[in-house]
Amino acid sequence: MSRLEVRGLVVGYDSTDVLREVSIEVPHGELLAIVGPSGCGKTTLLRTIAGLVRARAGEIRIGNRMVTTHGIHLAPEKRRIGWVPQDAALFPHLTVAENVAFGLPSATGSARAARRAARAGEVQRLLELVGLGGYDARMPAQLSGGQAQRVALARALASNPDVVLLDEPFGALDPLLRAELRASVRELLRAEGVTGILVTHDQAEALSIADRVAVMQAGEVLQLGTPEQVYRRPSTPWVAGFVGGAVFLPGTWHGGVVACALGRLEAEWVADAETGSAGVATDAVAAVPPLDGEDVLVLVRSAEITLGAPAMPAGVSASAADTDAVSASVSESATSTDAAGPDLRARVVDVSYTGHDAMLVLALANGGRIEARVTAAGLLPVGTEVAVSVSTRVLAYPAGE
Amino acid sequence: MRDVQRRPPRILIGAAVLACALAAIPLVYLVVRVGGAGWEEIVAVFDRPRVPQLIANTVLLAASVTLAAVVLGVPTAVVLARTRVPARALWAVLAALPLAMPSYLAAYGWLAALPWMHGFWAAWFVLTLVGVPYVTLPVAAALRASTTSLDDVARSLGRGPIGAFRVGTWPQIKPATLAGALLVCLYTLSDFGGVALFRFPVLTTAIQQAYGASFNRDYAAILATLLVSLAVAVVVAEQVVRGRAARRMGAAAGPVRQRLIRLGRFTAPAIGLLVAVPLLAVGVPVAVLVARLFEAETLRVFDPAELLAAAGNTLLLAAGGALVALALALPIGVLAGRYRGRMVRVIESAGSLPLGLPGIVVGLSLVFFSLAVVPALYQTAFVLAFAYGVLFMPKAIGGIRSATAQVPRSLEDVSRTLGHGQVRTWWLVTARLARPGIAAAALLVAVTAMKELPATLLLRPTGTDTLATELWSRTDVAAYGSAAPYAVALIVVAAVPAFLLSQARGVPEAAA
Repeated sequence: MSRLEVRGLVVGYDSTDVLREVSIEVPHGELLAIVGPSGCGKTTLLRTIAGLVRARAGEIRIGNRMVTTHGIHLAPEKRRIGWVPQDAALFPHLTVAENVAFGLPSATGSARAARRAARAGEVQRLLELVGLGGYDARMPAQLSGGQAQRVALARALASNPDVVLLDEPFGALDPLLRAELRASVRELLRAEGVTGILVTHDQAEALSIADRVAVMQAGEVLQLGTPEQVYRRPSTPWVAGFVGGAVFLPGTWHGGVVACALGRLEAEWVADAETGSAGVATDAVAAVPPLDGEDVLVLVRSAEITLGAPAMPAGVSASAADTDAVSASVSESATSTDAAGPDLRARVVDVSYTGHDAMLVLALANGGRIEARVTAAGLLPVGTEVAVSVSTRVLAYPAGE
Repeated sequence: MRDVQRRPPRILIGAAVLACALAAIPLVYLVVRVGGAGWEEIVAVFDRPRVPQLIANTVLLAASVTLAAVVLGVPTAVVLARTRVPARALWAVLAALPLAMPSYLAAYGWLAALPWMHGFWAAWFVLTLVGVPYVTLPVAAALRASTTSLDDVARSLGRGPIGAFRVGTWPQIKPATLAGALLVCLYTLSDFGGVALFRFPVLTTAIQQAYGASFNRDYAAILATLLVSLAVAVVVAEQVVRGRAARRMGAAAGPVRQRLIRLGRFTAPAIGLLVAVPLLAVGVPVAVLVARLFEAETLRVFDPAELLAAAGNTLLLAAGGALVALALALPIGVLAGRYRGRMVRVIESAGSLPLGLPGIVVGLSLVFFSLAVVPALYQTAFVLAFAYGVLFMPKAIGGIRSATAQVPRSLEDVSRTLGHGQVRTWWLVTARLARPGIAAAALLVAVTAMKELPATLLLRPTGTDTLATELWSRTDVAAYGSAAPYAVALIVVAAVPAFLLSQARGVPEAAA
C-alpha cells in the first residue's frame, strides 16, 4: 500500500482535452473522493490512473513506482491496482470464489497443493471481510446488487493492490443500500489500510465517505481538501454551488463587511487562489482583499439563513424546529447572532419539499429573492411574513465569477 | 461513457486487413482475368444478341421477386410483431423455416409434383417463397424495437389506422425493410439452382453454361463480372437509400411502447397469410419429396452407401468452410464488436463485400485463380472450403461481432487491472463469454455451406460428390425418384441444425 501522486496530467482526444493539467495526491491509507458533474473528466482521470486510458502528458506515481510519465505507459496489468467498476463487472461464468481468485497467481508447478490451499484461504478471508462468507459457490447472477459490489471489492483487494480505484461503485444501487454499503466500504478500506480513490457525482456521498475530496469541473480540479474545507470554504463560487445549498448575492465590500440584499454582513474574503496544486490542501488562501466599495459576490449557505417571526415577542420561540449540523431552523434566538446584520423582512412565496427538509423561496422586502433551507418541522405556509437573518460569517468572492 | 481513446491493437488490425485481402481474392482475380481478355472481346460479348436478353431476364426476375417478397413480408411481420394473433411463437418459427430451404430443393419439390412448371413465373413463384423470410425477419425485429406511440399521436391528430402507420411506424421500419429487400435481391441475382431447374435463362445459368462449354472461358468471366456489377449496384443503391432513411429517423426517442392490435374478424386472413408462405415454400415440396421417397422405384435405385458417402463429404466440406470463415471473420468481427472509428468501419464493410458475390462467381474466379496461381490446389477440397469461407464470411462476422459486443467492456478492464495482459484477457474473458455466439456463427456457416450448389459444382474435387451435387446430377436428367433420398437427406442435415439454432438464439438472428 502506498501513496498516489498525479502531476500535470493531460488526457485528450483529437483536439479536445478531457483532463487539463490535473494534479492530485493521496497519502498512504487515505480515501480520496473525486466529485463533479457528469462529463467533468473524473472517470477519465480514474481510468488513466488505472492505465486503461493513455495520458498525453503528465506523471502518475504509485508509491515510488512511476507508472505514467513522458512517453511511458505501464500496462494496466502491471500497475498493482484494484478496480471496482460501477456495474461490479463480476465474470458471469465464474463463481464468487473464482471471481475473487481471478487475479491471484495461478497455482501451478511445485508445492501446488500448498499454494492452492493458501489461495483458497485468502479468498475465504476476503469474502468474510466483505460479509459474504459462505457465498463462495454462488454464481454472480444469484447475487443482489449490493452483494455483487462487495464481491467486486473483495476481488480488487485480493491481489493486494497498492491503490484501489472505485468508479461510482454505489451508483447502481438504491439509496438505502447505498448508504449502508458506503459505510461498510469505508470501514473496510480503513481496516485494510488501503489507499483509495472513489469517483462519484454525488457530492453528499463524497463529503460523507472520504478523507479528502477533489472537486472537478471541465477537466480541472477546482479544489482539493477535507470535506469540511470544501464545504466551509469553497475555493470558487462554482464549487460552492456544486457542493450545494448556496445562495449568491451581489454586494459591495467595506473592510470585512459586505452590503447586500440581506443587509450588512460580516464577510471573509476568498481570493481566486491557485487551486489543485499537488498535495496542497487548497483551503483557499486569503489573498489581497478588495478595496472598499468594490463589487463582490456574496455566498450565503441557504442552511445558514435563519427565519424568525417578526412580530413575535422574544421567548415565544418557534424552536419546535430542531437544528442539526447543516440544516437551519426557524429560531427566535438566531436573530441575535452576532454575525448577522439587522433583521430583514421577507415573505414566503414558495415551498418545495425535499424529504427530511424543505426549501422556502423568500421575497425580500427590498425586492430580492433568496432560498432558505428549513427542517420539515420549521416549515411555514406561503404568505407568512418572516424576519431573515444570517447566522454565520458569509464568504465574499470576486464579482463577475 | 464514451471512451477517450481506445485504439485497436495493431496485430488485430493486421489480421483483419489480411482477412479482407484474402476474401477479396475472387473478386480481384476476376477483374484481373477479364482485363486480360482484352477490350475487343469484352465489347464483342455485348454484341451477342443473347446477352441483353440475359441481363433483362436477370434484372426483371430480381426486381419482381424483391417486390413480391416485400409485399408479402412486411404485412407478415406486422401480424407477427404487432397483433394478438393466437400462437405467436409458433408462427415466428414457421416464418423463418423457408430459409432452411435451398431454392433448388423447393423448385425440385414443386417440379416433382407439377412437371409442367417452367420459365419466369415458376422461378418467380419459388424464389419469392424462399425469399420472403429475408424481409419478414428483420422487419419483425425492427417492429418489436419500435414504438407505437407515434401512431397513437397520429391517430389523436386525426389520421386513420393506415395513415397513422405510414407516418408513425413505417419510418421506423423502413431501414429494416430496405435491408431485407437487399438480401432478397442479392439472393435472386445469385440464385442458380432454382432458375436452372425451371429453365429460365439468367446470368448465373449462362455463366455455368459458358464455363461448361469450356472453349471460351473469357465469356464466362465477362458474364460473371457483369453479374457482380449488378450486385454491387444494388448494394450501393440500398446503402444510399437506407442511410438516408436511417439518418432521417435519428435516434429512437424515449422508451419503446407497444400496443398490440386485436385482430377480431381479421384473425382468419392473418393466419392464412402466416401459413401460406411456409406451407408453399417448405410444406408442399417436403411432402412431395417424402412421398417420392417411399415409391417403389425410388427404393429400387436407392444406394445407401452412395448417400452416406455424399453426406460425409457434405459434412466435412461444410466443416472446413466453417473453419475458414471463422478464421477470416474472427479478427474482423472482434474489431467491429469492440472498437469504433473510420478504419474499423472500412474494414467491416470490406469484410461484408462477399454478400454481393454470387456463388457461381466465386466458384468461377477460384477455378481461374487456382489454375493460374496455385495449380497444386486446383480441384482440391481446400479451394472449395476456401470458397465457402469467403462466401459466408459476412454471416460469421455478424455473429462474432454481436457475440463480442455483448461482453461488457468493464469485464476486460477488471481483468487487465487484475494482472492479465490483453491477449490473456481476451482468451480468459472475452472469448470465453462470446463462445456460444461464435460457435453458433460457425454452425450457421456450416449449415449454409451444406446447401451451397453453384460453387460446389465448379470447385469440388473430381469424384467427390456432396448431397447437393448428387441431387443436382439426378434432377438434371429428370430422375426425380432417385433424387428424392438426397433431397430428404439435405433437408435433414440443413434444416435440423438451423431449427436448433433458431431455438437457441432467437429466430431472426440465427436464420438470417
